[in-house]
Amino acid sequence: MRISREQIAFLTATAARLRKNIIRMILKAGSGHPGGSLSAIDIITYLYFHHMRIDPAHPGWPDRDRFILSKGHCAPALYAALAARGYFPEELLWTLRDIGSLLQGHPDMRKTPGVDITTGSLGQGFACATGIALGGRILHKDFRVFVMVGDGEIQEGVVWEAAMAAAHYGLDNLVAIVDNNRLQTDGRTSEIMAVEPIEQKWTAFGWDAQRINGHDIEKIDDAFQQARTCRGRPQVIVADTVKGKGIPAIEDDPAWHSLPATAAELEQFLADAPREVFE
Amino acid sequence: MIETQPNRVMYGRTLVELGEADERVVVFEADIAKSTNTYRFQQRFPHRFFQAGVAELNMVCMAAGAASAGLIPFASTFCVFASMRACEGIRTSIAYPRLNVKIVATNAGVEIAGDGVTHQGIEDIAIMRAIPNLTVLSPSDPVTTRLATLAIARMEGPVYMRLGRQPAPVLHGENVEFVIGRMIPLREGQDVTVIATGNMVQEALGAADALSAEGISVRVLDCHTIKPIDEEAIVRAARETRAIITAEDHNIVGGLGGAVSEVVAERHPCRVFRVGLRDVFASSGRDSRRLLAHYQIHAEAIAAAARRALLA
Ligand SMILES: Cc1ncc(C[n+]2csc(CCOP(=O)(O)OP(=O)(O)O)c2C)c(N)n1
Ligand SMILES: [Mg+2]
Repeated sequence: MRISREQIAFLTATAARLRKNIIRMILKAGSGHPGGSLSAIDIITYLYFHHMRIDPAHPGWPDRDRFILSKGHCAPALYAALAARGYFPEELLWTLRDIGSLLQGHPDMRKTPGVDITTGSLGQGFACATGIALGGRILHKDFRVFVMVGDGEIQEGVVWEAAMAAAHYGLDNLVAIVDNNRLQTDGRTSEIMAVEPIEQKWTAFGWDAQRINGHDIEKIDDAFQQARTCRGRPQVIVADTVKGKGIPAIEDDPAWHSLPATAAELEQFLADAPREVFE
Repeated sequence: MIETQPNRVMYGRTLVELGEADERVVVFEADIAKSTNTYRFQQRFPHRFFQAGVAELNMVCMAAGAASAGLIPFASTFCVFASMRACEGIRTSIAYPRLNVKIVATNAGVEIAGDGVTHQGIEDIAIMRAIPNLTVLSPSDPVTTRLATLAIARMEGPVYMRLGRQPAPVLHGENVEFVIGRMIPLREGQDVTVIATGNMVQEALGAADALSAEGISVRVLDCHTIKPIDEEAIVRAARETRAIITAEDHNIVGGLGGAVSEVVAERHPCRVFRVGLRDVFASSGRDSRRLLAHYQIHAEAIAAAARRALLA
């Protein structure tokens, strides 16, 4: 069934609220990664509020769908979604990166309710996700595994080792999302270490690939619906996104991969951002 | 004049100096040039700077190949990724064949704070010093970071050097004698010796000041070379003072404390008290100093260990 107008409006409004929380928590923490959190949040919102089979009251439910944020530096996006979905109280967001906080700088599956795999070392989360999908298969479970990687992250060799394994084992319960915001830490991915043509790489590794606008909820829904029906092969959705999406002053600017020293500006940028994005 | 600055910044500046002097010097990087400060070399010598992207194992192995072709490659990333993601490349492709690669890794210790465990290099000294043929350095201040960077470029053979992220005050005079493998005495003393490395040298001096006010005389040694360790300085400390305190922003297992203990156990047994991360994964933290204090990796912990040592 196609997503309704109302559902799209709800997800759009939710993502807007989460964007605000992402910026506020990073400002409160004094460090963190706004750019990639904002590029990822539309898809993360879609998954947590529309697509995944989850029960926030039972984060350890064995039959739940999994989401692994392999680009773990974008933890604020995941935390914002988990809090809004009810895994923990929203107040916790303001403890991000504090000593002893449940919300560590990078996702910690032993501390944060709802975090399925500990990530932050790029590439590893993706391989762990492949292992979960394999485990689900062996245990005859019907849960599905969603894993998000960055376009810089897929430069890590382990991503391709795991991609080969996922296709080898025919893991059709595994859906990878490449958050293709075309930037990494040191600049444009095309200049640091080109990763295009991305879909062809995945299809050559035995995956089914789709390519979409990662900020268009309707297109996102189409892609995930399509991925659900495919059999026998793992699925990848290459999502073209904009780093810093929602705050025009930082969009597509490599300087905002992580919080620069001039962070105070961000408060102002947030105030200046178009109302429709945040209201 | 050299001023307070993060050691990684001084490293980046010195790389440019090296690049001017020797065109065989090339730099490999894994997408964190802004942080490791290799971007300074990139700006000056774009054609001698190579991005591996987020691919640390590939980076060190490419550097190995470049060294075998006659270049002097420096390869930089964070301590965690250099010593663990790229570990076996360093061991088998660089150290074993003694290729002339200089791995310079930044963001040592829990000092980096905010990013948490995934980015806190707390095992790299232990891992790297277990690899034969590898020289392992951990300078304390901008002056010795510059001298260490120049020295490793001059020497033939593989090196691992770890540097901190936070600003480091100047602790040494600019004409200090820097010799790989020889500790630098910063304070003379008869009661206890503090052997410290990296950012803990500054803390050792703080502890020595506090203790001298109590009438305790503390010898402070800057252990900038973890391997080869300065055995003679350790044996002298074991002989001439009542105990040794080691201080490192690193796990107490296998690091500087381990290296010093091995020497005294074999050559001149004495009490050794290890200050460092006590074999746990640390939390994230918003403030570096507060986080170090939380884990008792600071001047106060060093002073407390010295008092305990003198009671023992
Ligand atoms: C193994 C590893 N190497 C390096 C890093 C440091 N690092 C954090 S984010 C990043 C760039 C990631 O770029 P991308 O995957 O495109 O993420 P995004 O643009 O979505 O933020 C790097 C190199 C890391 N976390 N893990
Ligand atoms: Mg990116």
